[in-house]
Amino acid sequence: MDNFEYANPSTVKEALSLLTAGAEVLAGGTDLLSLLKDEVHKPKRLVNIKNIKALGGISKAGNNIRIGATVTLDELASSQLIRAAYPSLVQAALGITSPQIRNMGTVAGDLCQRPRCWYFRSGNGLLNKSLVENGENKYHAIFGTGSAQFVSASSLGPALMALGATVKIAGADGKTKDVPVAQFFKAPSAEGEREIALAANEIVTDILVPAPATKNATYEVRHKQALDWPLATASVALRMSGTKVTSASITLGHVGPTPVRATEAEKMLVGQTITADSAEKAGAAAVAGAKPLSQNAYKVQLAKVAVKRALLTAAGVKAV
Amino acid sequence: MTVTINGKAHQLSTAPDRPLLDVLREDLGLTGTKYGCGEGQCRACTVLLNGKPVTSCLTPARLADGKSITTIEGLATGDRLHRVQQAFLDAEAMQCGYCVPGMILRTVSLLEVTPHPTDAQIVEALDGNLCRCCGYVRILAAVRRAAQTTDGGLPHAE
Repeated sequence: MDNFEYANPSTVKEALSLLTAGAEVLAGGTDLLSLLKDEVHKPKRLVNIKNIKALGGISKAGNNIRIGATVTLDELASSQLIRAAYPSLVQAALGITSPQIRNMGTVAGDLCQRPRCWYFRSGNGLLNKSLVENGENKYHAIFGTGSAQFVSASSLGPALMALGATVKIAGADGKTKDVPVAQFFKAPSAEGEREIALAANEIVTDILVPAPATKNATYEVRHKQALDWPLATASVALRMSGTKVTSASITLGHVGPTPVRATEAEKMLVGQTITADSAEKAGAAAVAGAKPLSQNAYKVQLAKVAVKRALLTAAGVKAV
Repeated sequence: MTVTINGKAHQLSTAPDRPLLDVLREDLGLTGTKYGCGEGQCRACTVLLNGKPVTSCLTPARLADGKSITTIEGLATGDRLHRVQQAFLDAEAMQCGYCVPGMILRTVSLLEVTPHPTDAQIVEALDGNLCRCCGYVRILAAVRRAAQTTDGGLPHAE
């Protein structure tokens, strides 16, 4: 690990002024420190944002619930406001193992963490398609885009996307902007490009989750019950009129370089009642466009089942 | 920076790029906290930061500035072991012992919040604290035993 300078600002303005070339934001550090130790990232300066009070806290803000960027995953999962309205977020956060990581890792950090692709982590680049296609690829994308065959590591991203959340970003010029979570994630087309719409001199300050509440849930499939990364997740948010779905939002996680919206499955469910049968069909529609690699066809089935189970959980229907 | 370690205030000076684990072990000689993987996968380096368990290998030392840390060395009161330490001994819950400081500190913080955990809550809490000897059955028994004893809390927690 190379040496770096440490800065400890107490305001967003001060933090932005410290984010000059070669500087990076430090919050929970659970991903960043691994990247430094593996020498994938070599920042000259780390700017700690954990002491900026304005970036913490969960509160009602008009029609939204505002989640501060540095709220820890443990704080998120324990929040009464979140638990009451967004079980999907709680389920997604509790999927992030273990308790130690949830005490350290932050909400914005989950969105901004780098992919787990082992070619990327060993210094062979994020878009090394020939290594992925000819090498070990069982944890890679089944919804790849061009050379981007890695999977987004974010657990909260798919849940926030299904809930229609927005990321608030502060820039060096003092301006702020609101980016829908769906546009915050992007598949890079050139090596060195980031997989999120956040410039090096910008900071995520808040996440805004819209009310009113939907029936929502996240279902995660992983290799083992203990400490592990998800193999596939599905996050759903349903608006209902009685037992009928009036609109559905379905997002798959850990299957592509960004969270993947399942628009065909969403359309199919409108006007339907959620049953094991309709949920199963929606799952099949959600993975219809999957393009698995040589070793990961199994993830298609996992994603399909994740959609089915997330729908049944959200609607409160007992799985059979 | 100023850090309270096991109830005692320390003035420390260290390069910003060092993990808290290195400062505890190398500068302060508190070698009870173990280096396992160095990348947050094994939890052998667990310490309590303001009472909450964190992996010290992934915590830049400077993030502890102004905070309170409890390591395994801070649990006993004189010759009297903390009830969780005693329970791990009584249940013979260690083989090589390398994971035990992390297991004990995680258990201490669990019992602060959940004094009478179910087996499922114990397993969930210790998820990620790896034991290479696979002594999980006895570790589970030790946590159950610790939950049944009532004396002794966390001496230096805030």
